[in-house]
Amino acid sequence: MLLIYCPYCKVERAETEFSCRGEAHVARPDDPEKVTDEDWVGYLYMRSNTKGPYAERWRHIHGCGRFFNAVRDTVSDKFLKIYKTGEAKPDLEAIAKEAGK
Amino acid sequence: MSQPFRTEKGGRIDRSNQLTFSFDGEEMQGHTGDTLASALLANGVHLVGRSFKYHRPRGILTAGSEEPNALVGIYRKGDQTPNLRATQVELYQDLEAISQNRFPSLGFDVGAINDFVAPFIPAGFYYKTFMWPKSFWDKVYEPVIRAAAGLGKPPKNPDLDHYGNLYAHCDVLVAGSGPAGLAAALAAAETGAKVILCDEQAEFGGSLLTEENASIDGKKPADWVDETTARLGAMENVTLLSRTTAFGYFAQNYIALAERVTEHLTDPDPKLPRERLWQVRAKEVVIAAGAIERPLVFPENDRPGILLADAGRTYLNRYGVKIGHQIVVATACDTAWQAAFDLVDHGVEVTTIADMREAPPENLIAIAEARGIRVEAGCVVTGTMGRKRIKTALLGRLMPSGQVASAGQVECDALLMSGGWTPTVSLYSQSRGKVIWDGDNGAYVPGKSVQNERSAGASKSLYGLQATLEDGYAAGEEAANAAIGKAKKTIYAVATGGEAGTGGTLGALPHDRNASRVKAFVDYQNDVTAKDVKLAVREGMQSIEHIKRYTTTGMATDQGRLSNMNALSIASGALDRPMTEVGLTTFRLPFTPTTFGLFAGVARGAFFDPVRKTLSHDWVVENGGVYEDVGQWKRTWYFPRPGEDMHAAVARECATVRESVGLFDASTLGKIEVVGPDAAEFLERMYTNPWKKLATGRCRYGLLLNDAGFIVDDGVIGRLADDRFHVTATTGGAPNVFATMEDYLQTEWPDLDVWITSTTEQYSVAAVQGPKAREVIAPFIEGIDLSADAFPHMSVKEGTFCGVPCRLFRISFTGELGFEINVPRCQGKMMWETLAREIEKHNGTAYGTETMHVLRAEKGYIIVGQDTDGTVTPQDVGMSWAIGKKKHDFVGKRGLDRPDLVAEGRKQFVGLLTKDPKVRLEEGAQLTQAQNPAIGTPAEGHVTSSYYSPAIDRSIALAIVKDGRALEGKTLYVPMPEGSIPVEVTGPVFFDKEGARLNV
Repeated sequence: MLLIYCPYCKVERAETEFSCRGEAHVARPDDPEKVTDEDWVGYLYMRSNTKGPYAERWRHIHGCGRFFNAVRDTVSDKFLKIYKTGEAKPDLEAIAKEAGK
Repeated sequence: MSQPFRTEKGGRIDRSNQLTFSFDGEEMQGHTGDTLASALLANGVHLVGRSFKYHRPRGILTAGSEEPNALVGIYRKGDQTPNLRATQVELYQDLEAISQNRFPSLGFDVGAINDFVAPFIPAGFYYKTFMWPKSFWDKVYEPVIRAAAGLGKPPKNPDLDHYGNLYAHCDVLVAGSGPAGLAAALAAAETGAKVILCDEQAEFGGSLLTEENASIDGKKPADWVDETTARLGAMENVTLLSRTTAFGYFAQNYIALAERVTEHLTDPDPKLPRERLWQVRAKEVVIAAGAIERPLVFPENDRPGILLADAGRTYLNRYGVKIGHQIVVATACDTAWQAAFDLVDHGVEVTTIADMREAPPENLIAIAEARGIRVEAGCVVTGTMGRKRIKTALLGRLMPSGQVASAGQVECDALLMSGGWTPTVSLYSQSRGKVIWDGDNGAYVPGKSVQNERSAGASKSLYGLQATLEDGYAAGEEAANAAIGKAKKTIYAVATGGEAGTGGTLGALPHDRNASRVKAFVDYQNDVTAKDVKLAVREGMQSIEHIKRYTTTGMATDQGRLSNMNALSIASGALDRPMTEVGLTTFRLPFTPTTFGLFAGVARGAFFDPVRKTLSHDWVVENGGVYEDVGQWKRTWYFPRPGEDMHAAVARECATVRESVGLFDASTLGKIEVVGPDAAEFLERMYTNPWKKLATGRCRYGLLLNDAGFIVDDGVIGRLADDRFHVTATTGGAPNVFATMEDYLQTEWPDLDVWITSTTEQYSVAAVQGPKAREVIAPFIEGIDLSADAFPHMSVKEGTFCGVPCRLFRISFTGELGFEINVPRCQGKMMWETLAREIEKHNGTAYGTETMHVLRAEKGYIIVGQDTDGTVTPQDVGMSWAIGKKKHDFVGKRGLDRPDLVAEGRKQFVGLLTKDPKVRLEEGAQLTQAQNPAIGTPAEGHVTSSYYSPAIDRSIALAIVKDGRALEGKTLYVPMPEGSIPVEVTGPVFFDKEGARLNV
């Protein structure tokens, strides 16, 4: 079971308190009517499914209830960075390099 | 003396305490401190089981948890637990054990015929042979093979034991309590770190309990163990867990321990669990799992009486048991010599030491000769004789040419063997570490640490007592320092003796026998021979993972701890590739077999899943209501009266609701309170319908889509104030609806000023439905004018029910005049019983979910998840009216414009009437154009709901059909095994199409 740090509660808690809600930074287009069919399908279904650092949405569902983002290495299962919703997507390549040290 | 193979003195058993036990019905004696294996050996019993495939007689091979042969069933609480390792089962008074995989008896087993037909059943035999005819597999091959193969029989009864579960945190977890583990625990504990020390055995000490020719700080090793254990036990920061196996190493230093609490006791306290699962989060881990001895792979190396050398020494020194009277030692390394010396010192005759090395150490030879042991160097065992117990060992001399020349034979009643030592790297592997090849020691050892752990002592191929102790101390100090940042130099104990030996071999030994006729076992438990591994390579298996699965080598309960290195070496030879290129299979959890009970813990029976009850529960039970489970909820299905079956009860309930009035518990419906200045805007974006213009005091049916455009939930939403909505959701969908709302609110529209709260459990809800509904509730409602003008269909108001605050909805899921009364949950019982009494005055009835389903189906109301399946749009179910046409955006709007969703030929929601009104369709049945379609014809759709309708006294059904609305009036067919059923496609509303009954 993973230990996950909630950036709002500022505590590390067991994975059972959290739920993972898929890839982060897949923004819902502001004006859906202007989006092509292909782009809309991309928003709905296409995910990067990275081997290595992956930015995910997590929710502290049995704690504060809030969403945050986390970069997790899908190979080692290690959390490399945790940040609040709304913060910019980190440079995953840089994080990968840092973690590889 | 009932135990002819017990030594005169010595060992850690309590000789003053004699225990009686039975094996296959025969009574025997042992002592406190014995394992079942040591007690059997004390009684001269070596034959304890039959092998998996060939049913060969097998004896005790080891003294530890890696035991492959001595698997027994133990009777407890009127049932037997199969496949327990006799080497781990502690003896207690009246223990009752049985052997396994033999028929009719251990001594005479008809399955042993397999041993003689063995040339015909090599590796992969089952895959190759039992392929044809196909129909034979289920009825003939599988039952016969299953009966003949396998080990113990599963218990027949539910598990009567209970199991505990504990969470623990510590600074340093030490797994294993041999010299390295004890030293590590001591060093870590002295810094003040919180330490857990666990060991799978009953006593701490590991190999120190076997070591008699060494001393630590001038004491006997076993005395040092006692002293050290006492010292650790007295420290408040130390938890000592014996009989506790670290069986799983998970991410972030999360380690699972299985503690056996009562199994070794004759009459345990019933309050104690059989086993306890410890879920430990350790800051740092020291793996001190030790090493195990490797068998030598020579022909007939599996006869009862053949043991690993260190096991023989353990039985002698720790348990006071002689494994025989006349012993041959076959070895490739130094350590086995010590076993021979100890045996001679206890008066056991060791006739021969056959060491395959050309020149074993001179000093060992001198000691052996002084003890009168014949030493044969450059000599291997090439075979053994004796059906149920070894009688003779064949010796062969290794020639410079690589050939083997016969070197005669020796009589014996036991043979000790050693091929060297294999470090136990299972936990390290489970921690995701990659083992590396240590050429000097001929072993795979832990490589880089992936988690916060380090291996110490023999588990990283470090041998010799002094070196192991020092390594343990250092590991403990390092772990504590890493965990709590405190370093304290422990005073290291000083050991003499117990030197590391040299030597060791891998793979099959050469011999002068007919290779096609002899069996040299690599994996004892799965009956895999050296020949099988070679055959697998010949048949094209290249990867060790394939060889493992084809031959099943390494798939036994020891996970290949005994067999892997030998199998790997044989495969490497056959493939003509170096071992390091052949690879090593992965060690997975659990380290040793672990009971299902341990994993289940308390999550059994009533504790398996929470049961959610509404406050009508007591009344329903008293009045004979029948429950159905809807997720975790108990919902009343129907209320049979005396003599009624389900059909009759539902027909009566339906008719009563339409004629007078019915009472239904709707408390399980999801409820979400949406509050805030932007509440209407939020719902506008979430649901398909327009909400901004909904007047306070009015409700509207809401349809929730996902962004793909498919229906995911529905419910009625009432506006209680400008900034407050009462949203209802389906019973099963409510948690998901709430989570979806939170998701959009927090991550897509954080600008909206809205708060949402799940209030499902805050209200008890009674639905009163039927022409008399108003009369039923009127006496209890205050503060709301119930007249049709003041409170029309789709209204909501706050008032009181029997003086209790309530939210009253005028809504209907039956097509009748209907009210849903929400009161604070704690008032639910009062409300239900009040209304139940009142409806009796109007000849009303309580009704359950089945009647609810029928009544709504008569009206063509969908149930999300039954009539829809996640690929259905509002247009498909004829609900375009629910979409706010002028809305710029809502969840799912863009999705609805996707080409596939606006294309022709989508499946649409329709009604079906069977030509024969008595025939009721099966839900899920397929619909076709042709009466008798050819096999492979795609279906036009399927039946989603099907009932008998009392209102129109015939069967009705709802369905999803391709271009269904255009097929109205046409005939389709439902092909069933008994014949094709013709149906007419209709609209989905069967009763009161105009909705006149709603507006009264």
